[in-house]
Amino acid sequence: MTLVQQPELYLECYSVTPDKFAGKSLTEIADLPAHEGKVVWKLGDFFSFSGKAGETAADTKIVVNGNVRKMKRFGQQMTDGEILINSDADMYVGCWMRGGKITVKGNADAFLGIGMEGGEILIEGDADNHVGSAYRGDWRGMSGGLIRVKGKAGNDVGTAMTGGTIIIEGDVFIHVLTHAEGGTVIIKGDVEGRVGGQLVKGDAYILGKLLYPMPGYKKVGTVEKECDGQTYTFDEYIGDLGERKEKKKGQIVWGHIYLKAN
Amino acid sequence: MSELIIKNGYVFDPISGIKGDKADIAIKDGKIVEKVSSKAKSIDASGKTVMAGGVDIHTHVVGPKVNLGREMRPEDKLFRGDYRGGIVKQGYRMEMGYSIPTTWKTGYAYSRLGYTYVNEAAMPPLMAPHVHEEIRDTPILDISAMPVFGNNWFCFEYLKNKEIENNAAYIAWLLKATYGVGIKVVNPGGTEAWAWGENCNTIHDPVPYFDITPAEIVKGLIETNEYLGLPHSIHLHGNNLGNPGNYTDTLDTLKLAEGYKAKNKFGRTQVLHNTHLQFHSYKGDSWGTFGSAAKEVMDYVNKTENITIDLGCVTLDETTTMTADGPFEHHLMELNHRKWANCDVELETGSGIVPFVYDKDVAVIGIQWAVGLEIGLYAKDLMRTFLTTDHPNGGPFSRYPRIIKWLMSKKARDATLDSMKRKDKVIAATDLASMDRELNLYDIAMMTRAGPAKALGMSSMYGSLAPGADGNVSIYNLDAKKIPSDPELIEEAFSKTAYTIKEGVVVVQNGEIVAEPKGHTIWTKVTMPENLQVMRDIKEKFTKSYTVNLENYAVFDDHVYRPRALEVEVA
Repeated sequence: MTLVQQPELYLECYSVTPDKFAGKSLTEIADLPAHEGKVVWKLGDFFSFSGKAGETAADTKIVVNGNVRKMKRFGQQMTDGEILINSDADMYVGCWMRGGKITVKGNADAFLGIGMEGGEILIEGDADNHVGSAYRGDWRGMSGGLIRVKGKAGNDVGTAMTGGTIIIEGDVFIHVLTHAEGGTVIIKGDVEGRVGGQLVKGDAYILGKLLYPMPGYKKVGTVEKECDGQTYTFDEYIGDLGERKEKKKGQIVWGHIYLKAN
Repeated sequence: MSELIIKNGYVFDPISGIKGDKADIAIKDGKIVEKVSSKAKSIDASGKTVMAGGVDIHTHVVGPKVNLGREMRPEDKLFRGDYRGGIVKQGYRMEMGYSIPTTWKTGYAYSRLGYTYVNEAAMPPLMAPHVHEEIRDTPILDISAMPVFGNNWFCFEYLKNKEIENNAAYIAWLLKATYGVGIKVVNPGGTEAWAWGENCNTIHDPVPYFDITPAEIVKGLIETNEYLGLPHSIHLHGNNLGNPGNYTDTLDTLKLAEGYKAKNKFGRTQVLHNTHLQFHSYKGDSWGTFGSAAKEVMDYVNKTENITIDLGCVTLDETTTMTADGPFEHHLMELNHRKWANCDVELETGSGIVPFVYDKDVAVIGIQWAVGLEIGLYAKDLMRTFLTTDHPNGGPFSRYPRIIKWLMSKKARDATLDSMKRKDKVIAATDLASMDRELNLYDIAMMTRAGPAKALGMSSMYGSLAPGADGNVSIYNLDAKKIPSDPELIEEAFSKTAYTIKEGVVVVQNGEIVAEPKGHTIWTKVTMPENLQVMRDIKEKFTKSYTVNLENYAVFDDHVYRPRALEVEVA
């Protein structure tokens, strides 16, 4: 699909998913709804379409051309298939995604992968705030899948996470795994602070520097662990000591911050 | 003025004693009448079930606690309503919120179920203006609200001194100051004790500082209620809600009504309405030994004619608990670790809000589900047993049709039980699996219209198809002579009326809102000789203890939306 017209505000592209395109003709796809504010347009008002949708989501691949910097919700709730976005994208890329793969050849805005349950997202540029987050106020955040950001992210990575993996190859600002009950966050750059606040369970791996560690974590030793395909030596911290912990077979299950030892 | 006749339906009206006969219902100028002229608009209800508009005796739909629930739960609205850009499929305003709908959705959703009048379960007197604003913003329905008295400092002091007449004068004054309808009591003494971090878990635990017990509070309020002759009895959420083994406290509580007789000119015969009885009917001494005490409790209720109850069923949904039982909500938060709101209302009450997921695969929750239904199925007198979920505490009111399905169909109950991961444990701890009783449409009409209306003292207005009652009628797509064998069709029929008629106006047709007339605020106006002592006590408390001035306390008369008073005169 190729952009032919920019919206005045932002366009909600919740219909741009392999699930919604599968089994449809190009005309039917162009008829799918897209909100701009409170007005409902059709995708065909903004994009021209070529090619052929697969019969199922699994064999549908969508390539988005043109500058979609002002388009939100690509891949909302998709279960399979692929989306390739050849520019920056706006907020909510891969929101509530269950499976399949999204690649953004540019930056993604806030709420990348909010409520993700499965699948894979690759951002070749930077992400913004609230990567792999929970919906506002919800205690059930990202529960599965993989988000990889080659650039940096903003604040709040993996809030209320319960499963899945987030890899930020650049720097992160503050708030990682806040209120998490599971999941893994790997940060290859530096993190300013507030990692693992009120974390029940979950693991953070930081290869760069953690500028302001929090007092709720205690160093228990040094370990060698594999992290995104490479093995490093980490200082192992357990916590959040101020938060409730589950027990498995009588043993406390800790959350961890692994800081790369130098 | 306008005339309407509903012809050929199978009518269920326990107030008039009509048990499914084919009858015509005539409405003129918004009231049920004997007959109308040939110019009347006609609705053909052939093959359909006709009842009076539904009456919900206990629901949390308007007010500050409800709204705080809305504010703290954005996720209650996620993917759950027509929230984008005002494009609403039905009704005229955005409908959002699953367990805590917006006021707009509340009005529309109840109307689609065929309910036309609801009684807000708890109004904190100091914040009554907020309650009345939300009543104004709730379309179609008639609404009343009960101010809470069970943790009120004035009541503590009057009742400790056994000054019933003074307590009555205070309550009469407060009903006018808040445009309230009756006396609600929540965890008597316990919410005041919570201000000290404590609770009253039995009816004999004294309240810190005031040194009065819940037993004394409840009995004193019963005596006050009957002294005044209010339309409704006291409406009680008893101590020790939610804990294993609490059924003994519940029996102690229910026994407080012994020896009292109802005194009123509204046809009410009970002196105590015990609400959401399901939450108070548990055996056991831990979560592991948790079990149903529905039979023990209902054995007492069945032989005690001066009590009414409502079920408070668990619907097995994700919902929001909200109650003036502050200490209980703190306890619940400690159990499920969810976000928690807690509020104290000076001199009067408090509240707590915690989201809750009733996961049917957890044994305790399966047992709670069974208890709610057992109470309905053990009940001998369905004119004293009403269908509720303590919305939203046990589940959203949108699930009432599902509860009706479960009560009417053993097959449906078995299917739900079968789907539970811990069904063996649930069956072992409850009686439901062995109960064959299936309620019929007349039973349902008693539980959802006639009974609650009578208990509220409003059966001349609501819950009735007798001439003189308001022209509120619900027509369901259910052939009373051929109840479908598939119980899902029962739930479907009660979920969307063929017609809901409010004061003679068709508001719902085929499950869609087609008109949005304005409702009324129902309240109780007590006329009593002036009591100088009480007026002095009120002025003193506002000077010494309240942070607001007396002049600013009462709800302004023109703040109340289309009030309709039930009048009481005390000599």
